[in-house]
Amino acid sequence: MDFRIIRVPALEQALRPNIWDLVALILVIGAMVLIVYGGEQTTLPLSSLDVAPVSLDPVHLPLYALRTTLRMLLAIVCSIVFTFIYAALAAKSRRAEMVLIPLLDILQSVPILGFLTFTVVFFMNLFPGNVLGAELACVFAIFTSQAWNMTFSMYQSLRNVPKDLEEATQSFHLSLWQRFWRLDVPFAMPGLIWNTMMSMSGGWFFVVASEAITVGNTTVTLPGIGSYVALGIEKQNLAAIGYAILTMLFVIIAYDQLVFRPVIAWADKFRFEQTASGDPPTSWMLDLFRRTRALRALTLPFAALNRAFSNLRINWPAGLKATAKSGPPSRLVDAIWFALIAIGTGYAALRAYQYLSASLGLSDVLAALGYGVLTLLRVVVLIAFATLIWVPIGVWIGLRAKLAERIQPLAQFLAAFPANLAFPVFVSLIVHYGLNANIWLSPLMILGTQWYILFNVIAGASAFPTDLREAASSFHLKGWRWWIKVVLPGIFPYYITGAITASGGSWNASIVAEVASWGDTHLTAAGLGAYIAKATEAGDFPRVVLGISVMCILVTLFNRLLWRPLYAFGERRLRLG
Amino acid sequence: MLDQPGKTSLIDIRGVCRSFPKGSGEDLLVLEKVDLTIHSGEIVGLLGRSGSGKSTLLRIIAGLIAPSSGDAKCRGETIQGPPNGVALVFQSFALFPWLTVLQNVELGLEALGIDAPERRKRALAAIDLIGLDGFESAYPKELSGGMRQRVGFARALVVHPDLLLMDEPFSALDVLTAETLRTDLVDLWIEGRLPIKSVLMVTHNIEEAVLMCDRILVFSSKPGRVAAEIKVDLPHPRNRLDPVFRQLVDHIYARMTQRAEPRVPAVEGIHGTGVGMVLRHVSSNVLSGLIETLAAPPYDGRADLPVLANSLQLEADEIFHLGESLQLLRFAQLSEGDLVLTEAGMRFAHLETDARKRLFAEHLVTYVPVMGLIRRVLDERPSHTAPEARFRNELEDYMAEDQADDTLKTIVSWGRYAELFAYDEQSETFSLENPH
Repeated sequence: MDFRIIRVPALEQALRPNIWDLVALILVIGAMVLIVYGGEQTTLPLSSLDVAPVSLDPVHLPLYALRTTLRMLLAIVCSIVFTFIYAALAAKSRRAEMVLIPLLDILQSVPILGFLTFTVVFFMNLFPGNVLGAELACVFAIFTSQAWNMTFSMYQSLRNVPKDLEEATQSFHLSLWQRFWRLDVPFAMPGLIWNTMMSMSGGWFFVVASEAITVGNTTVTLPGIGSYVALGIEKQNLAAIGYAILTMLFVIIAYDQLVFRPVIAWADKFRFEQTASGDPPTSWMLDLFRRTRALRALTLPFAALNRAFSNLRINWPAGLKATAKSGPPSRLVDAIWFALIAIGTGYAALRAYQYLSASLGLSDVLAALGYGVLTLLRVVVLIAFATLIWVPIGVWIGLRAKLAERIQPLAQFLAAFPANLAFPVFVSLIVHYGLNANIWLSPLMILGTQWYILFNVIAGASAFPTDLREAASSFHLKGWRWWIKVVLPGIFPYYITGAITASGGSWNASIVAEVASWGDTHLTAAGLGAYIAKATEAGDFPRVVLGISVMCILVTLFNRLLWRPLYAFGERRLRLG
Repeated sequence: MLDQPGKTSLIDIRGVCRSFPKGSGEDLLVLEKVDLTIHSGEIVGLLGRSGSGKSTLLRIIAGLIAPSSGDAKCRGETIQGPPNGVALVFQSFALFPWLTVLQNVELGLEALGIDAPERRKRALAAIDLIGLDGFESAYPKELSGGMRQRVGFARALVVHPDLLLMDEPFSALDVLTAETLRTDLVDLWIEGRLPIKSVLMVTHNIEEAVLMCDRILVFSSKPGRVAAEIKVDLPHPRNRLDPVFRQLVDHIYARMTQRAEPRVPAVEGIHGTGVGMVLRHVSSNVLSGLIETLAAPPYDGRADLPVLANSLQLEADEIFHLGESLQLLRFAQLSEGDLVLTEAGMRFAHLETDARKRLFAEHLVTYVPVMGLIRRVLDERPSHTAPEARFRNELEDYMAEDQADDTLKTIVSWGRYAELFAYDEQSETFSLENPH
């Protein structure tokens, strides 16, 4: 699993929280409140789903796996469409950008399982008594785990399109529509694909988590691997958990080989570089399509369609078109725009305040903050532990090219694997030995995310220049001096990228890791994740909103005050080559 | 292929000015009252230093930027957006790395909505013409620089433009490749095989301009203005060793250095004046090296710029730039196409490292006002430190942001060499911490 925060480009954004972050935060909270409010107004009793009950018989697993995979695919399509529209809007319109980008930044700090709480109610009300509502809620949860970093990556690419290519498209009279498909999209492709891949591995975690979920009196059980595992937990069936893990392994490998390898190999041509570099990625699947006449013929209609689509002579309305003559932006329109934002934010703040203050007092806020600090403590300690363990191991592996070549795919695979499938194994052990849940549930938070630290450190150590290593050994640098002066600075930017991802993922995972059950035994660790999870189960929306808001603020501050400055420092001072 | 009066003009530029916003809010004028007419059947060159606004003028004609004032017309119609029948060749090639050679060439035709068979036919013809046969399915990154620029030419020619605009098309190529491409292009032009009527090229390479153009407009810098118009009547193919050719090159060199002279009063510098002087970064190593070279035989203190440029393998633009830096520091003087060491320059050449640094520091403080200012501020403040922003703000009153960046970079690098002050990159502060 992974809950991506890789969106490295986004880290180059402003460091300090500013007024726009506040506006975005209020807008997000306000929207959550309004959705819940709308849901509560609908007094329709939510009948439980009329679905074929999930069975623990492993024979059904392939079918469950297929349904889980289809949900993933649907979500990724939604994410891509969203990315294209949102990023294009943010990149092309200065005024939209002012709101959209801070909003995106806040949205990606919102715990994904928090979204689920609202969207389940919302979608179930859209399609009362229909399984479609639950399916959509699940797809939407996956979408929220994937879309933000993809959008960030696309936005960054759109902002950095080389000026000369831009001028070439203008000078050759390409329409804006043509330009988007012939220049902007191809240029954004490598970043987008990398982020999509990262999003996908994050998505597995959430698809598993959102297939079986209870929000108040609404219980969703969608046939899939996630609900299979949930049933296994209820029935205390370790064998079933084992089957599910095996199936997931197979699904992820198949996905990688059949979808991502070919796409990466194909997209290699979009990498923006003027010289051919090292070994291009390869894929047997892509080779099969390229070399087999029948299969290639299959792709031709798509190529033709794509060409016709991208050559449509659509142009932006003349008013929107940025002409070369356009003077400084109009102050009047700016003023109106700011006023609209202020009114919207004010309204969102008012509604959120009214809704929350009706049932929550200051003591609730303080309690949530206290839990938040506990979870923060867990995240910090766990990242520190993972660092102490995986940095030396990663360096050791990374400096041995042959070994790194073999370990690296494994680490990446482990990062993609939804760790929550393995939770029951650990929980059963904790229950069996009667361990302290407050301590022993914590490692689950980092179970899936620690691999980001490992594979980024391996990547950093592999990329460490040989001449620097040779220089170090010729000056007899050894021991701690070698670590402090040579290797650690060299891998620092890579490590930070991994640690940021791991920390973001751990926050998200806390909602499923701080509460666990095995059969009838329920374990709880005190923390913000457990706070949100319990409020969700009880259908206590004000507390869910409060918990999510606190987590959102903590994650954002944590990122801005710690990770981004470190990242900026690493990029500026320690990036080699 | 000279100016043919009586023919209708392709491009008409009248009194065009263009300014860009500067850091401090005022505008920076890069083009001032430029007139230019391009007729059918000529190759016109815009020659000038970097920053003389020649690329800006090219982009105004290409319809990529609009003039701030004045009149820019293409075939009698005011230019609004890229005009039809004008194609552009880029210094950086600007090829789409994800498209093959053929697809790159077809791109312009696709935008015009030309149907596939016709598109293919014309693209192949252009590829054939420019000598790219056999490379149709290659991607740009598989090609050498010269081949890539051929794709750039094919892509521009395939739309059969009346006017071909070229923005320093050879300056990203190595010497041999550039020469081959130039002669190929001139040959095609003379044989009348290019589907174009006129060419406008921007260059800072004097010999290139004399080799290819029928008419050369020499631009002066800051703000860009047409300083001279020179007709080149030599028949093609032109021979670089032809005495008439050499004479013309020397003449242009002299013209381009001439203008610097009247603007060297004691307190004022070459670009801008006082604290607002724009400094372009040259390593102190390069300056010392150049002074040593000038002091030694065969130059013995005086070098002819074209000869010096040739022996140091430098572009005219670069040698001017170095010469001006030395002139600013009063180590040398530019005059009539020559670079002459001053007495201080001669002394510098024969000093030891530490003494050189002292002399350099002395000249910096005396002749570069901003250096004197920084040193004074640091001396006066009790803490002996000052944030970079203090000086950046002052610089940005006079110049654009990127010029201020470049100037600051130069200040830091020269100041460090001269041990005038220390600079901490992390906190962006100047200090007197460890000089001397």
